[in-house]
Amino acid sequence: MAHDREHIPVLTAREAGLLGCGHCGRVSAAGTQVCQRCGFALHGRRPASLQKVWAWLFAGLVFYIPANVYPMLETRFLGTTTSSTIVGGAIDLAHHGAFLVAAVIFIASVLIPVGKFLVLGYLAWSIQNRVALSRHRRTQLYEAVEFIGRWSMIDVFVVAILAALVNLGIVMGFNPGAAAFFFALSVACTMVSALSLDPRLLWDLAEGTGLE
Amino acid sequence: MKHETLSPLVDGEGELIACNICDGLHRVVDLPEGGRMRCVRCGTVLLRNDIRSLDAILASAAAMTILVISAVFFPFLRIQASGFSSSATLTDTARAFAEGLTAPLGVALILVIIVVPVVRAVALYWALLPIRLGRPPAPHARKAFRLACLLRPWSMAEIFIVGVAVALVKVGGMATVSFGPAFWELTLVTLIVVLESSSFCEKTLWRTIENTSRS
Repeated sequence: MAHDREHIPVLTAREAGLLGCGHCGRVSAAGTQVCQRCGFALHGRRPASLQKVWAWLFAGLVFYIPANVYPMLETRFLGTTTSSTIVGGAIDLAHHGAFLVAAVIFIASVLIPVGKFLVLGYLAWSIQNRVALSRHRRTQLYEAVEFIGRWSMIDVFVVAILAALVNLGIVMGFNPGAAAFFFALSVACTMVSALSLDPRLLWDLAEGTGLE
Repeated sequence: MKHETLSPLVDGEGELIACNICDGLHRVVDLPEGGRMRCVRCGTVLLRNDIRSLDAILASAAAMTILVISAVFFPFLRIQASGFSSSATLTDTARAFAEGLTAPLGVALILVIIVVPVVRAVALYWALLPIRLGRPPAPHARKAFRLACLLRPWSMAEIFIVGVAVALVKVGGMATVSFGPAFWELTLVTLIVVLESSSFCEKTLWRTIENTSRS
């Protein structure tokens, strides 16, 4: 139903020679610098949107490597210390039978970040190239990535909570590992990447051609 | 049932609004109570007319401030094992990252789970309460609301509480865990965030702020 609407001819603010505000929707005359309603800077399309998306995405990807190589959590139990990586921690949980929590950690720390790299890369690529997926579907992907990205932070919080709470001297305790730092950086970078993407670019592609 | 309006295209006279997702131009129409106007092309909600949403946002902001601030002072979890016991507050959690490479993370943690949610709530109150009370807007109301919009993705109190639940299960096998008062406060925060995000329409709120500044 929504897909039929996608090809309804619509006059865009840019085609009409106007500037639409990406925050409040107010329409201003071309050449206006700052939106009169909300005070955010006005851009027909955000400048260098795609370059920023790629740059932050790449930074996020680089930080994601040490995040998976270094230990996320060091566990002290009766004198012995073991350390586990992000994936290792999820596997340990599954071995202990806590499948639901193992799944939460795996989804938040592996599936969501990796999915986000792929989706953001695909969306940025799709703006420069012809793709089969409809603009509507890609807009849904964009909104999903923007909404869900922050939830990757769960594992960093879990590590902090464990380290703060479980500190019983030599009997038992947790220490955060270096991976927590890199993982948090990676999540922050991909959040900025998603925020840099101007969704209007997704709709510009087929403007004037009617179909894509 | 929600009354949905697909706004007409741009013939005629009247205020224009551009879709922030696809840039399509629309003519603003008068909406019935509870009605919504959607972009004719991409379906994004452009405007909604729901006076209860202001109340929901203000109530959420007030509750968020109280809950987060009090959660700083009370422990949210307490554990016991082999005669030892320990408990954690929000600030203890940030302090867990006090050493070495992870030190900046402690600061970031305090920001996203305490400072940003509270600052954002105060900014929302500053910008929207006078409007709700039918008074002229507070000085710098637009600046405050702009701040609240920018901070939105970085307010992570509700993600933190899910982290608490996961940590609970991890420790559950090794020690006896009991909940502190802050645990229940933080659980409430999660519900409040859901309530707020379902009422928050940035374009509608900006238009409301503008309309009250004029009169």
